[in-house]
Amino acid sequence: MAEKIIGTDIVPQDLVAKITGRARYAEDFRADGMVFTKLLLSPMPHARVRNVDARRALTMPGVFDILRADEVRQVEGRPGEASLTDEPMYEGQPILAIAAETEEQAASAIEAIEIDFEPLPFVLDPLDSLRPNGPNAYTGGNVFAGGEFSELKWTDADFAEIDAGRMPNGEATVEWTKGDIDAAFSESDLILEESIVHQSLTHHPMEPRSTMMYWENGKLHAFVSTQSAQRTKYALAGTLNIDPEDVVLVAEYCGGGFGSKISGNTHMEVPAVFSRKIGRPVMLRVTRYEENYIGRARPGFQSWLKMGFKADGTCNAIDLYIVQESGPYGAGDFNTAGMIADLVYTPQNMRFRGIAMYTNTPPKAAQRGPGGAQIVIMMEPILEKAARELGLDRLEVHLKNAPDADVEFGPRNSTLTSVHAKEALEKGAEIFDWAGKQALSGRREGTKRTGIGIGLSPYTAGSRGYDGLMVIRPDGKLYIHQGLGNLGTHSIMDTARPAAELLSLNWDQVELVWGDSSRGMPRSSVQAGSQTTHAHSRANHAAGMDARAKILEVAARTLGGSPNNYDMDNGRVFRRGGGASMTFAQVAERAIELGGKYDGHELPDDIHATTVPAANMLAGEGLMGVARDNYGGRGGVYSWVAGFAMVELDEETGRVDIKEYVAVTDCGTVLHPRSLSAQVLGGSVQGMGQAMTQRWVFDPKWGVPFANRLYTARPPGILDVPLDMKVDAVGIADPQTPVGAKGIGEPPVGAGGAALTSAVADAMGGLCLCRTPLTPDIILSALEGLEPPFTLEQHIG
Amino acid sequence: MGEAESIGLLETKYSRRNFIKGVIAVGATASSAGYFIGGSGLLGAQSVPGAAERLITLNVNGQQRRVDVLPNETLAMTLRYRLNLTGTKLGCDRAECGACTVLIDGVNRYGCSTLTHQVRGSSVTTIEGLENPDTGELSLVQQAVIDEGGFQCAFCAPGFIMSMTAMVNENPNPTRAEAAHALSGNLCRCGDYHKILNCAMRAAELARSV
Repeated sequence: MAEKIIGTDIVPQDLVAKITGRARYAEDFRADGMVFTKLLLSPMPHARVRNVDARRALTMPGVFDILRADEVRQVEGRPGEASLTDEPMYEGQPILAIAAETEEQAASAIEAIEIDFEPLPFVLDPLDSLRPNGPNAYTGGNVFAGGEFSELKWTDADFAEIDAGRMPNGEATVEWTKGDIDAAFSESDLILEESIVHQSLTHHPMEPRSTMMYWENGKLHAFVSTQSAQRTKYALAGTLNIDPEDVVLVAEYCGGGFGSKISGNTHMEVPAVFSRKIGRPVMLRVTRYEENYIGRARPGFQSWLKMGFKADGTCNAIDLYIVQESGPYGAGDFNTAGMIADLVYTPQNMRFRGIAMYTNTPPKAAQRGPGGAQIVIMMEPILEKAARELGLDRLEVHLKNAPDADVEFGPRNSTLTSVHAKEALEKGAEIFDWAGKQALSGRREGTKRTGIGIGLSPYTAGSRGYDGLMVIRPDGKLYIHQGLGNLGTHSIMDTARPAAELLSLNWDQVELVWGDSSRGMPRSSVQAGSQTTHAHSRANHAAGMDARAKILEVAARTLGGSPNNYDMDNGRVFRRGGGASMTFAQVAERAIELGGKYDGHELPDDIHATTVPAANMLAGEGLMGVARDNYGGRGGVYSWVAGFAMVELDEETGRVDIKEYVAVTDCGTVLHPRSLSAQVLGGSVQGMGQAMTQRWVFDPKWGVPFANRLYTARPPGILDVPLDMKVDAVGIADPQTPVGAKGIGEPPVGAGGAALTSAVADAMGGLCLCRTPLTPDIILSALEGLEPPFTLEQHIG
Repeated sequence: MGEAESIGLLETKYSRRNFIKGVIAVGATASSAGYFIGGSGLLGAQSVPGAAERLITLNVNGQQRRVDVLPNETLAMTLRYRLNLTGTKLGCDRAECGACTVLIDGVNRYGCSTLTHQVRGSSVTTIEGLENPDTGELSLVQQAVIDEGGFQCAFCAPGFIMSMTAMVNENPNPTRAEAAHALSGNLCRCGDYHKILNCAMRAAELARSV
């Protein structure tokens, strides 16, 4: 019998390359005649370029040429990002580029360029933009709808409410309600109302978005850092308006993205266009400083939350208003935050209002658990306070409010395929010894106070309808072609496992093909929103079933009988009960002889148009398994993480030490235990940074960010997290997907962050700080009884 | 000019303080950034002919390499762009992340913050130099990473592995806390510290059993 592959630890196929330095990331590629391009970044948060004088720069040694905004694709008629612009919308936005023999020469030439900028009004804090007579991010206004800009301002009365710490009644652009919140609040035994600020923070993947490109024989060779390879090929072709088959995309490794490199990035256009212009390979080496500006950030929220509870801990009403700081080009986090609030606390009566305001700050994008991570981090301290006032245990309150599989949530009463949040909470509580640790809650030792906390965090974890593509070649091996990116989640390997199992192969009989579009990539999901594990375990299952059926048919056509007389194991198809058999190598050769559907010369009608060129490329190379995921399903796919933390807060320094952390996930069937642990704990650690340290700091007068490097907005280091963290999974298969596996990337971030905000609230004796990150200055001023500032700009400035 | 003399001159011209000042000056300009191939005029030193030899010999991964190096060039840049040893990564250009960590005479140092001219006469080891050159066998630390399935995106991995190598040489019997301290100059944005510590402890275990 072939080995069991699903649910075992494997050594990822790319690991040796990664730890010997042989793995090539985008900036590791070289080409003959390669030159460097450097970007000129806007020194102002909003301006118009009146004149560029590059005469001196262009005569400097080694300089080839300049690239201006009118040479790249511009978005017309709506707020949209271009790779170069003459109307910068944030400090640090690229205006133009210079190419030169060396990077130093390009940088020196950038210094020699003289630009006449017309400074324009700018806004950093979304509330400032809503104030009567406040500035707008765009010259045309602060709201864009129906194809045009307009101005949306709240009234002085709204701001009087805000200044008093109460929820305003200003116009929202999104509003939905369910049930009757007024009636529900009148029946609540406890009503808590808080104003909450959640900061914006940068993604900062370890690998900046460097890119190298060159053109050869009309084809673009692109070396890119991206989360999603196949989709980036098409995105790049779309940007450049060229035939996608003229893009040779190489993206074998990606040094992290977290949502900031979903389909490559905007600025990969610069080396592509520049290389075409000057006829040389062009390297855009992005520094950390540049990455800070162009590398995307999670949107910040200013919000008001009113929650009603019954005496038994049931949450019966939520009223939530979120103002989102959206940067110049928008983001959808706030909508998701409303949905997740409803899902975690199931109030039955809820009103959500939200408004996303454009700001002149670096662009925002989905960051791991977009919207969801923020809202659970924001809400958990309020749950702590509610439990304290009602004399209940937080675990009990969570268990009372957490949904079951029949949940309907959000404005459209969305349903889910499976929910095991309660099992995750219970298992986590047991491992953490939640009951035993109650005794430590609030303990004081010298200047140290102990706190314990829970964070419960759901997020989307799957999608449907993508394609699988694989070939058994005459060497007898199964080649599984993946269009995914390779950003460290091991999904290239793990989503291939179902196909290997269906064909009863051992793992060493499987070869993975990824990261090079010239080798054939099927239509794939973007590797974002934790879709991949679910989407591509299904797609590869479907293609594996197709391959299996074809192998049996080839055996029957070759050796006689009908396909169901045959079975397969260990790279051999054989007649049941003994007799004739063929190796997969022979099957592959026979498939090529038979042609037609067997070797990919005839393809299924329902596969995506962008799978077809990849399948055509591989036709005739062996027995092809190719299929669309038609398994279907009802409802959204969500995974859950319950996080438990114990902290020690020093009231003298305001420093918080995280002493213990436990996370338990409901993500369906576990494909790869060790990789799952890494995703859950790694995501939790990112959430810890979100709750505790990472932030922007702007100079409000000039709109210039100060915290623009790793050390000024520091993600957690190895000394900032517990030495020994624990992780487990509920491990109950999702019933609506053939392998039972759901994704996991997003939910741990909220769990890690919320367990901390909950634990800090507990250590502070139920004081809701309701401000993140919980830096020592915020904690110390709260201990001294000072009201924390509410505006995003003041908090971060 | 003799080698010792030219090193002395370099140390005067490019003291640590001036180097840091130069780096800060570069960071403060909005229109350019970072760290340039061949160094920058902003570092406060023009490359005057004769001020220092440019063609120098480096001992990298046990091999003598002749290489043309500007006076103000960093080791990370020399390794990546002149010797094509791209396993040494640049994550921040500025001593904030440790992705460029290499061993200089066995000590883990940031390649982005070390001038290449300073390592003349030293032996430099990069991630490419850890395998046994004759057998291709992985080093103990690399084997430990395989055993534990270490790292996610792995852009930080070469730097961490160099720091782990220095750690097991210095202290093959660390506690988990000591291992964390030994690796605290390296940043992993995937947050994979739990598994990285498992790798470090496994590496120490392998080192002890040799």
